[in-house]
Amino acid sequence: MTTALNMPVPHESAPGGAARQAAGLPRLLPAAPEDLGAHLARYGPTPYRGQPDALVADVEASGLTGRGGAAFPVHRKLAAVARAGARQGRKVVVANGAESEPASRKDECLLRVAPNLVLDGLQLVAETVGATEAHLYLHREPGPEILRALAERAARGLDRLAVTITQAPPRFLAGQETAVVNRLGGGPALPAFQPPRISERGLGGAPTLMQNAETLAHLALIARYGPRWFRAAGTATEPGSMLTTIYRPHARPQVAEAEIGTPLCTLLGDGDGDDDGDGDGAGGPGAHAWLVGGYHGTWLPLPDAAGITLDNASLRRFGAAAGAGVLAALPSDRCGLAEVARVAGYLAAESAGQCGPCLNGLPRIAAGLAELAGRGHRRQIRTDLERWSGLVEGRGACHHPDGTVRFVRSALTVFEPEIQRHARGQCSATDRAPFLPLPQGMPTSEEDWT
Amino acid sequence: MNTAFWYASRATGIVALLLLTAVLVLGILVNRQGRLPGLPRFAVTDLHRNLSLLSVALIVIHVLTAVLDTYVHIPLISAVIPFASGYERLWLGLGAVSLDIMLAMIVTSLLRGRLNRILWRAIHLLAYASWPVAFAHSIGSSKDLQQGWMLGLAVGCAMIIAAAVVWRLAHTARQVPRAGRVAAVFSQHTVTR
Amino acid sequence: MAETLRVNPITCAGHGVCAELLPELVTLDEWGYPIVDPGPVPPALDRGARRAVTGCPALALKLMRN
Repeated sequence: MTTALNMPVPHESAPGGAARQAAGLPRLLPAAPEDLGAHLARYGPTPYRGQPDALVADVEASGLTGRGGAAFPVHRKLAAVARAGARQGRKVVVANGAESEPASRKDECLLRVAPNLVLDGLQLVAETVGATEAHLYLHREPGPEILRALAERAARGLDRLAVTITQAPPRFLAGQETAVVNRLGGGPALPAFQPPRISERGLGGAPTLMQNAETLAHLALIARYGPRWFRAAGTATEPGSMLTTIYRPHARPQVAEAEIGTPLCTLLGDGDGDDDGDGDGAGGPGAHAWLVGGYHGTWLPLPDAAGITLDNASLRRFGAAAGAGVLAALPSDRCGLAEVARVAGYLAAESAGQCGPCLNGLPRIAAGLAELAGRGHRRQIRTDLERWSGLVEGRGACHHPDGTVRFVRSALTVFEPEIQRHARGQCSATDRAPFLPLPQGMPTSEEDWT
Repeated sequence: MNTAFWYASRATGIVALLLLTAVLVLGILVNRQGRLPGLPRFAVTDLHRNLSLLSVALIVIHVLTAVLDTYVHIPLISAVIPFASGYERLWLGLGAVSLDIMLAMIVTSLLRGRLNRILWRAIHLLAYASWPVAFAHSIGSSKDLQQGWMLGLAVGCAMIIAAAVVWRLAHTARQVPRAGRVAAVFSQHTVTR
Repeated sequence: MAETLRVNPITCAGHGVCAELLPELVTLDEWGYPIVDPGPVPPALDRGARRAVTGCPALALKLMRN
């Protein structure tokens, strides 16, 4: 995991020199926030390649996939945008730091402690695709660290393209690709219906490359240390490391960088109550279910899923995916149905309201789950929930209904015993405090989307 | 012969005005997802479309017969170039304006599968301009419509259009804006957040 | 050349004309929105599909080449 291991060694002054075999973690997260001086001392200057397209082969060999949730191969996006449009035409690159998933804190953390890695990555992809414009899209007001990083880089002439910062509205969908493009274009952060892909026609009609902030940080390191270095961690099919946001019983949320393939019990505890990891079988309520992939993710049953590892090949066996790395172990003393109902209410409230099925289906699903979380429910509600889930899936302009259905369906499976208890008017929970984090309030006006 | 053309022109003009009134009302009905009793939804859209084509066909006859009537000289081109006629320059000019708009609407609608949706809609909204202009043309250029039962007919059409437009605008005023739609569905299903 | 019908769910307003004109490929859900068969349009239904596309008042239905 993250503790104790080798930090990447300081960069050699000769560009293109021998690749450093700096395997081991942490790769992205330094022990303390690093300003530009510390960043340059450790990594050296941004390793521009001197020509467009040059980085694509290294990124392909590294097997880097997007860390924003979709895990799309980065080299394919790079190649697509590099190819698209006219040679001399406008092209746009966007670093997506919106982190609209309320339970995810990794991008915020990365942008605070290692903003220069992200900014290096942004400049490198800009060079690779031949961009004429660069944007950084952030969840909230830019923190002092990112502003200082940009100012310092400008002073040293490190950045070839000026970076425009835009703030995302606090909406769950604000980080969705086409919503970002709409917001950057001056409109509300509402998803659009694809086609066309943004790599063909994005911001202002120009080919647009959008990458998650963490993805760009990995890319900035691959550009220095090469694909073999990147593959020294992780699995053969899913190389590298990823940032995770971890929620455990009786612990504060934590951002941790983990090698892909790490057993989840290393990150989340093994669910038997020994949460402080000292082997004495005591120290906390333990967990009765895991949530992997955030609020569009999948609930996993314990102890069945206890052996699962943090890679999609393993997670797929339970219908799950790592997504943006949100991992939660639901304490045994909380009510899973109450948590799920709360999140479903949030997801429904965050619908863009543009597509009939999502607009009509998600609030009904949320109401149905609230009924299940109460004492006793109508028998009809189970069939209704399944019917509504089937009706909304795949019928929106974006994947909000699909992700919500994945979250809900897995919950209905994993918490089936609890549903039976609630039907009899009982509940296994002893602690009514909410566990999963959710923002307050719901959007009501157009301003809430800009 | 001239008299026949003259009567034909007046007759087709009046029928066209009635049909155009129906077309605009049907168009508003389509937009509001209204139904004609006992008929499927596509009947409303098809009727709107077919009557609009019929109207333009009648207007073509209306124009040709007026041109062929040699009692007054009306150049054919003045049917589409506004204010190019010596005779009743203003009122015929308005007719030409209305017809131009109608032709643009018909052409874009015949191509509507291939056209940009926003462009199609922008042209189609000109219907709300075309009808009043056609109405003004009708009243101004025809002594028939300025008195008696024909005036009653024309005023009746205007009142029907006014009522339909008010109905359309009332809906726009009442319509929940996008950002409020989810909250509206929530309140119907008693989910509290 | 195979074509598929796709509905733009944002512009779709649930008029329901498509389901009347092409019931073989389009049904309406309980809220009035179209559920469109995702497969290729059979040649026999090609004309009907085109009619449904031009008949949509919101221009939300499209025939896509694949």
